[in-house]
Amino acid sequence: MHVPDGFLDAPTSLGTAVIAVGGVALALSRARRELDDRTAPLAGLVAVFVFAAQMLNFPVGAGTSGHLLGGTLAAVLVGPWTATLCLTVVLAVQALLFADGGISALGTNITLMALVGVWAGWLVFVGLRRLARSAGSKVVPALAGVAAFASVPLVALTFTAMYAVGGRAPIPLGDLVTAMVGWHALIGVGEGLITLLAVGSIIATRPDLVHGARGLIERRDLEIRTEVPA
Amino acid sequence: MGAGLGIHLHVEGESVVHKLPAHAKLVGLVTFVLLVVALPRDAHSARAALLLVAGAVVVSTRVPLRHVVSRLVVEVPFVVFALVLPFVATGPAMRLGPFTVSRDGVEASIALLLTATTSVLMAVAFATTTSSRDLVRALQHLRLPDRLVQILAFMVRYLGVVGSQAQRMKVARDSRAFRARSLGSWPVIASSAGALFIRSYERGERVHLAMMSRGYTGRMPVTDPLSATGRDWAVAHVPAVLALAALTAVYAA
Repeated sequence: MHVPDGFLDAPTSLGTAVIAVGGVALALSRARRELDDRTAPLAGLVAVFVFAAQMLNFPVGAGTSGHLLGGTLAAVLVGPWTATLCLTVVLAVQALLFADGGISALGTNITLMALVGVWAGWLVFVGLRRLARSAGSKVVPALAGVAAFASVPLVALTFTAMYAVGGRAPIPLGDLVTAMVGWHALIGVGEGLITLLAVGSIIATRPDLVHGARGLIERRDLEIRTEVPA
Repeated sequence: MGAGLGIHLHVEGESVVHKLPAHAKLVGLVTFVLLVVALPRDAHSARAALLLVAGAVVVSTRVPLRHVVSRLVVEVPFVVFALVLPFVATGPAMRLGPFTVSRDGVEASIALLLTATTSVLMAVAFATTTSSRDLVRALQHLRLPDRLVQILAFMVRYLGVVGSQAQRMKVARDSRAFRARSLGSWPVIASSAGALFIRSYERGERVHLAMMSRGYTGRMPVTDPLSATGRDWAVAHVPAVLALAALTAVYAA
């Protein structure tokens, strides 16, 4: 999924880099609200988690396996602004220390995965949550799963749009859209299922850590029991 | 999972590339790659020449070649894409052996393969000669926003810690006869991911508290600033200057 150097032409790479810088600058100022002064250590460790989760392969069958993009998962867990920063840092480390993803395509990759991947998933999640407000926190994993599923073809569609602007070879656009979106809808099923199950297991143990479930968790009033039953 | 997390690309060494200050190296790398990408599509000979330059840089790092080749694996999906390109692209057709293919597709395919390989080689040369700590110092020196640098610093610092936690969880699963084979294994993998998140987050909280109690105010002090001489900058930009020369030659022709 990481775009290498030379895939898109130089003006498109620079254009997406400008978008990436703008998005990350905005996220830097907004993330403070989500994590107050704990931003750096916590976002750093969430970034490590995203990095590790991307290495988590799940079997797809026929000997192949897929891996998580993690944008929606991170957004639901720590909020979209922090998730944007985490994904950005993960992509920068992958490009600079692991030679994974192009250097000149770093802006493209950040735009695709840290901006579109996180925000498409988050907006779908928020929209669904508004519709299902009365259902409480039980539906949060399912909503996160659906949002994660939707985010993958949306990222693929954005990539296709970038390719239409700055691709190096003339490929009939209709075919490319069909192939990219079709294939990534399949990958999205995996992303959605893993996100659903992972958010479900976190809500079961530490519901307070799931940013997307805030305001949906039933309040439990402090109970003071003076009498101890024998 | 976990495999590869502990394996940093960095290899200790004493070569010229190792000794260059990290920020000069980083600027040189980015300039070089941008210039290579800016080459027009049919400038294949210029690209091939720059591929040799990248190869020469990799050789000058004196890192074992086996180590470099194993990193080129990240390119595989795009090699596949490049091989498919001539068959799906449109435009004037040409004959290539028994096949009829698109001329534009072939051109783009060659350009993609050469560019991607050149820049992966350069990125590997950078990654193998720069420790993660030097990368953090370089980004700090280049005035990247402080909070972004800190997040990155924490990430590279705890990569190994969380990675070995993930590895221990994998050993625990394996020793209970777990094998990731079918859809039935997904809930197990997902709850592992969930547990890993909770552990990472709680570790982050503990690290933050420990830092607060040692006087952390939201900024990391620069204890050991990087410095580069004019000669360092010049050496770090040799590939970029060659790329600029190639670009000028192509546009002049």
